[in-house]
Formats: sequence, structure tokens, C-alpha cells
Amino acid sequence: MAYTVPQTSDVSGKNARVGMLALLGALAMLGLGYAAVPLYDLFCRVTGFGGTTQIASEAQASRAAASGALREISIRFDGSTARGVPWTFGPTQPTDTVRIGQRDLATYIARNIGSEPITGTATFNVEPAQAGRYFNKIQCFCFTEQTLQPGEQVNMPVLYYIDPAILEDEFMADVEQITLSYTFHRAKEPVSSALDRSN
Amino acid sequence: MATTADNFAPSAGHGGDHGAHGVDDHGADHKPGFFARWFMSTNHKDIGTLYLIFAIIAGLIGGAISGIMRVELAEPGIQYLQWWAEFMGGPGDLNTALHMWNVFITAHGLIMVFFMVMPAMIGGFGNWFVPIMIGAPDMAFPRMNNVSFWLTVAGFFSLLFSLFVPGGSGPGAGVGWTVYAPLSTTGSPGPAVDFAIFALHLAGAGSILGATNFITTIFNMRAPGMTLHKMPLFVWSILVTAFLLLLALPVLAAAITMLLTDRNFGTTFFDPAGGGDPVLYQHLFWFFGHPEVYIMILPGFGMVSQIVATFSRKPVFGYLGMAYAMVAIGVVGFIVWAHHMYTVGLDVNTKMYFTAATMVIAVPTGVKIFSWVATMWGGSLEFKSPMVWALGFIFLFTVGGVTGVVLANGGIDDNLHDTYYVVAHFHYVLSMGAVFSMFAGFYYWFPKMSGRMFSEALSLIHFWLFFIGVNVIFFPQHFLGMQGMPRRYPDYAEAFTFWHEVSTFGYYITAASLIPWFVNIVYAFTAGKQAGANPWGEGATTLEWTLPSPPPYHQFETLPVIEDHHDYHDHRPETA
Repeated sequence: MAYTVPQTSDVSGKNARVGMLALLGALAMLGLGYAAVPLYDLFCRVTGFGGTTQIASEAQASRAAASGALREISIRFDGSTARGVPWTFGPTQPTDTVRIGQRDLATYIARNIGSEPITGTATFNVEPAQAGRYFNKIQCFCFTEQTLQPGEQVNMPVLYYIDPAILEDEFMADVEQITLSYTFHRAKEPVSSALDRSN
Repeated sequence: MATTADNFAPSAGHGGDHGAHGVDDHGADHKPGFFARWFMSTNHKDIGTLYLIFAIIAGLIGGAISGIMRVELAEPGIQYLQWWAEFMGGPGDLNTALHMWNVFITAHGLIMVFFMVMPAMIGGFGNWFVPIMIGAPDMAFPRMNNVSFWLTVAGFFSLLFSLFVPGGSGPGAGVGWTVYAPLSTTGSPGPAVDFAIFALHLAGAGSILGATNFITTIFNMRAPGMTLHKMPLFVWSILVTAFLLLLALPVLAAAITMLLTDRNFGTTFFDPAGGGDPVLYQHLFWFFGHPEVYIMILPGFGMVSQIVATFSRKPVFGYLGMAYAMVAIGVVGFIVWAHHMYTVGLDVNTKMYFTAATMVIAVPTGVKIFSWVATMWGGSLEFKSPMVWALGFIFLFTVGGVTGVVLANGGIDDNLHDTYYVVAHFHYVLSMGAVFSMFAGFYYWFPKMSGRMFSEALSLIHFWLFFIGVNVIFFPQHFLGMQGMPRRYPDYAEAFTFWHEVSTFGYYITAASLIPWFVNIVYAFTAGKQAGANPWGEGATTLEWTLPSPPPYHQFETLPVIEDHHDYHDHRPETA
């Protein structure tokens, strides 16, 4: 019945070990929180989650074209600008019909109606979301930043194809149209000017 | 200062067979002076008391803010917000008034979650009773315990300070407790949001240290023979909660640190213009946020288990099932977060998964509800006030759980998302579930903590006023939500007027219910009878009832020993 408290150094040594393990666990979760940023990006790229489109090489595009799929699918084009970007931006044609596996060129037109040069960068996705993994871009204006001088107008091409694997996906069986969407944002300013938040 | 004599009165205190284990007869009750005792405290009971006082003050502030909101919502149009905008030092225009609304919402949510419920349940009752219930002299890291408390206080001051500095369209951080980007980044210039984020950092750091302390205490400091499967369920609930804190809070810390750098140092974690994604913030926030809602309710589960068993004079039904149901809720709680984000554009398969996973949580929760009912079944029931509050908890938490199952459905949520239905749901589980369990715990342990008995009549008046009040506030909000009243708006269409009026009337009843509570506390300290070691009778089988009330400043200098043949039906050693 009588029980004396063990040597304190014993207990405190054990306590320190468990306490450190627990804090290490917390630290690991903090690291995982940050690791979520590249992992989320990777996850979206790989799975096409949220309608993230894929990037294909010429060789992949040729292989897809050789598949000889016959089905056609309608593509709708959408373009918009974020708040505070004085550009007009939109597709030259609202829809197009393409054969699955065959490459197609779509063109957007952007015009800077503001009074100063602006560098923009476009975010993109497709709807329905599950089409993202089949929508392959070979070349796209969205791969790089675009700078427009005041009043300048440029054509912005997208070279893309639809992966023939779409034909085997039951979740894509009832999809007749895929919407490709872009939004132009002002490219992020360098850090020094971003720090100036006097407003 | 209380005199040491009445805290250490072996003859008065020891009711029943269970004697004064570990009450050493020299120096056990020596207390340091006032400043050292309360500002540099390393004593788990004193720190628990500090947490409880802190939580009550924070709760009153948070509750007063909800009063401002309910009064404003009593009728359509903007009545008082402009006045508040001017009062807080901004211009009295409509824009600032609407910003004030966001500030009130934010402050109410953050205060209630981080500075009321968590400090009361984990810091207050957890600190007070986890060491005693497992037969330990104190927490594993008493000094760190003190750091946890003062970090929480510092966080609270940082949040209060944010109310008085610019936050965009007016003073204060108007970003909601979720602090979603881009509202919290590009949408809120000025230092207010930075201070609010810093408040979360401080409170979060305090909670992580506290969780570490609890885990170490529970794993290492149990009395001989007190195996994990013999621990009281309240200790189990704090153990699971500590793990949730330890794994969830660092993710919040990461997310809000990214917000800070996005705001101030030009990073673009959540800014699409630089390749970021605002939805990623929501994923990170809710990966923390969903476990957080279980952090707020699990200790309540633990308390209610103790109380129902005590006043049924029966061991809790299905002890192991009850313990592992909490573990299961904790584990599953980490894989359901996106049910808070059904409307961000998740595809149908993702929604299907999160709907199904969310509904799975109803299973262990149901195990708990039915086990409480089964504990009462055939028991020798005594409707003392802690039991009445616990029954109120079981009833109202179940109502909130049922609307939770409704909202779990991705399809239905498209309609109900961000409406008052959601507001009603989470107030049923928190402002009724969590708060009822805290009042139950308060009345259950008040005699133990203070050494005084409260007035049973006043506590029952408190209960009925509060019970009626919160139901009148929140039940009509289900109707408002189903009719389309959105959350987070100070103004609404005429058609919503009636139920808003009713809801505001309920607030007055609820506020009035606090009067008998405070009167009761004053009564207990001035005229209350001395509490014996165990005022609740033979149903109270945990170790705190073997100590005098209040317990000596240091307990268990000789550790209690739980015999091998004992199971979890009685958490005390046999009498010598």
C-alpha cells in the first residue's frame, strides 16, 4: 500500500522524453502544414483536381493524334480579368468542336486599355473539374507572363488536345462540352513595392 | 487569502470510507504569497482556477458582443452599428458600420472558441482534475503550465488590441473566425488583422504547450495501478483532446503564418496572381478547424460521463466503448474537414467521400449518447443540479448532432451553406453542448474547488432560464436558415423579422440567467455550507472525492495505489 515517489530525476527524465516527443510531433505537423503548399500543387497537377489542366510534349501529342479516336467534343472558351486589371480579354470564338486526340489552336485577344504598361499572368482551369486530367496543353500564353503596353493588342494562342483516355472514363461519358477558362491577374509586384502598404 | 486552517481539516473533510490518501501532515498546505501564488503559479489547481476566472471574463466579453449583434438584428435595417463605429473611433458612415459588424462576428467567434471554451474546459477543469484523478501530485511540467496560461492571456490582449487599430474599412479585424484569404490578405489593410493573427499564434502556442503537458502527465504520472484502462473517462477525454491539439494547432499556425507573410512580405501562398490558391487556405484552416470543434466538445463528453455516472450511482455503461468512441471521434475528425467547404467547387466524388466520412462520426457519437442513456437506465437517479445540466447537455447536443447529419450531406449543404441553419447547428453543439457541459462541470466540482456548497435552488433557476433562453435564441434560427437568411449580415429582408425578434428575446432571457449564477457564487462564498470531501455520495468514485474540499495545496505526497483486481468501476484505492 505504501508507495514512495520514485527518484525525481527518474520521473523528470521520462517526462522530458515524452514531452520532447510530443513537441516533435507538433513541429512535424507545422512542417506538414508548409509541405501542404507544394504537395497540394503537385496533387492538383497529377490528378487534374479542381479542373487543373495538363501540360503535354509534342511527342505525347503525336501519340494521342495517332490513336485515331473519332468522337468529337465541344470546347467553350471563357476569359476574364481580375479586379484592377484594365484589359479587355476574351476568346476570338466562343466555342469550337474538336476531334478527341487531335490538336487544336484557340486564340484569345487581349488589349491594354489602361494608360500604363501592365504585366499579367493568367490562372486557368476547366469545367467540369474531372476533365482536367484529359485537357492537355502543348503551348499556352498562360505558361509565361505577358506584358502589354498602353493600347497594345495581342493575339494569345493556346495549342491543346483532349487525351483519348477520356473515352474510357465513365465519369466523362455524359460530358459533351468542356469549358476552358482563363483569368488574367496583375503579375505579383516585386517584394519591395509590396511592402509599401500605406493605403 | 484563504486561511490555511479551513483548507486542511482532516476531521471535517473525510466523508465515506475513502480516507485521506496522500494528505501529508506537514507542509502540504504551505502557500506562497499572493503575487507569487497567482502570477508565478506552478500549482495545477491554482492555474486551473486562473484559467476558469479568465474564461468567465472572456466569456462575458464574448457574450456581450453577441448581445450587441442580437440587438442589432432584432429588426431589419441598421440601427446601432454606426454608433458603434463612431464609438470605436471610426467614421460613422455605412461602410464602417458594416465593417464593425464583421469585427463583432470575428471577435465573438475567436473569443468564445480560443479564450472561453478552450481555457475553461482544458485549462480550467483539465488542470484542476486530471492530476488528481490519476493520483498525481501535479502536472508533469508545472512551470510550462504557467507559461501556457500567460500565453493565452497575452493572446487575448493581442485580440482586444486589434479592435482599436485600423483593419480596412474601420477599426478592428473583420475577417470572421476563419480568417479566409483574400479578405484577410488584400482585403484588410492595416495592422488589426496582424494583431488578430498574432493572438492566434500566442493562444495556439499556449495550447500546444498545454497539450504536451497533459500528454506527458497522463502517460507518465499515473498512480501505481492506475492503468490507462482504469482512468476516469474525463482523463481519457483530455488525453484525446491533447492529441487533437498537438496535431491540429500547428497546421493552423502554419496557415496563419502564411497569411502574415502574404500580408506583409510579398509571398503569394494564397494569391492566384503569384501562383497561389485561396482554397488552399481553407483546406489548411479546416484541417485544423474540424478537429478544433471536437477539441471543444470532447472534454464536455468526459465531464458528462463522470456526472451521469455519479448521479445514477452506477459505473458508466460501456466504459471501454466510451473511451474508444472518443478516440474514434478524434481520428475520424481529421479526415472530414472539407465538409466545411462544399461550395468551393469540389467535384461530386470528393463531396461524396466527405459526406460519407462525416456521417461515420455519428456512429461513435451515437455510442456515447446511448451509453449515457444506458448508464441512467436502472440507476438510482438523483436530479441534483450538475445532473440536470448534464441531461440538458445530452438532449441539446443530440439536437445539434442531428442537424449536423443534415448538413453533412454535400447536396443539402449547397442550399444551407452559410445560412442561419448552420449558425443554429453549431450553437446547439457549442453554445448549448459545450456550455451546458461546462456549467455541469462547474456545479459538479464547485464544492470540491471552493470547499463551499452552492444553493441548489439558484442553480436550478439558472438552468431553466438558460435552457429556455438559448433554445428561444437558436431554435428559430433553423427556420431563418431554411428560409434563406444568410450568416454574417446585419440587415435582412422584412420576411425574416419575426423569428429574429424571437431570437433576440431569447438573448435577454439567457443574459438574465447569468444573474442567479453570479448570485449563487457570491452566496456560496459568503453563506454556503462547508462542503465535505464527497458531497455527491457513493456514485462519485473518482480520486478527487477522497481529498478534502478544497484539496490541500499539494496532494498525494504518498501516491494512492490502485489494486490489480480493481477494474474501471471504481477509480479509488480500497480503504486501508
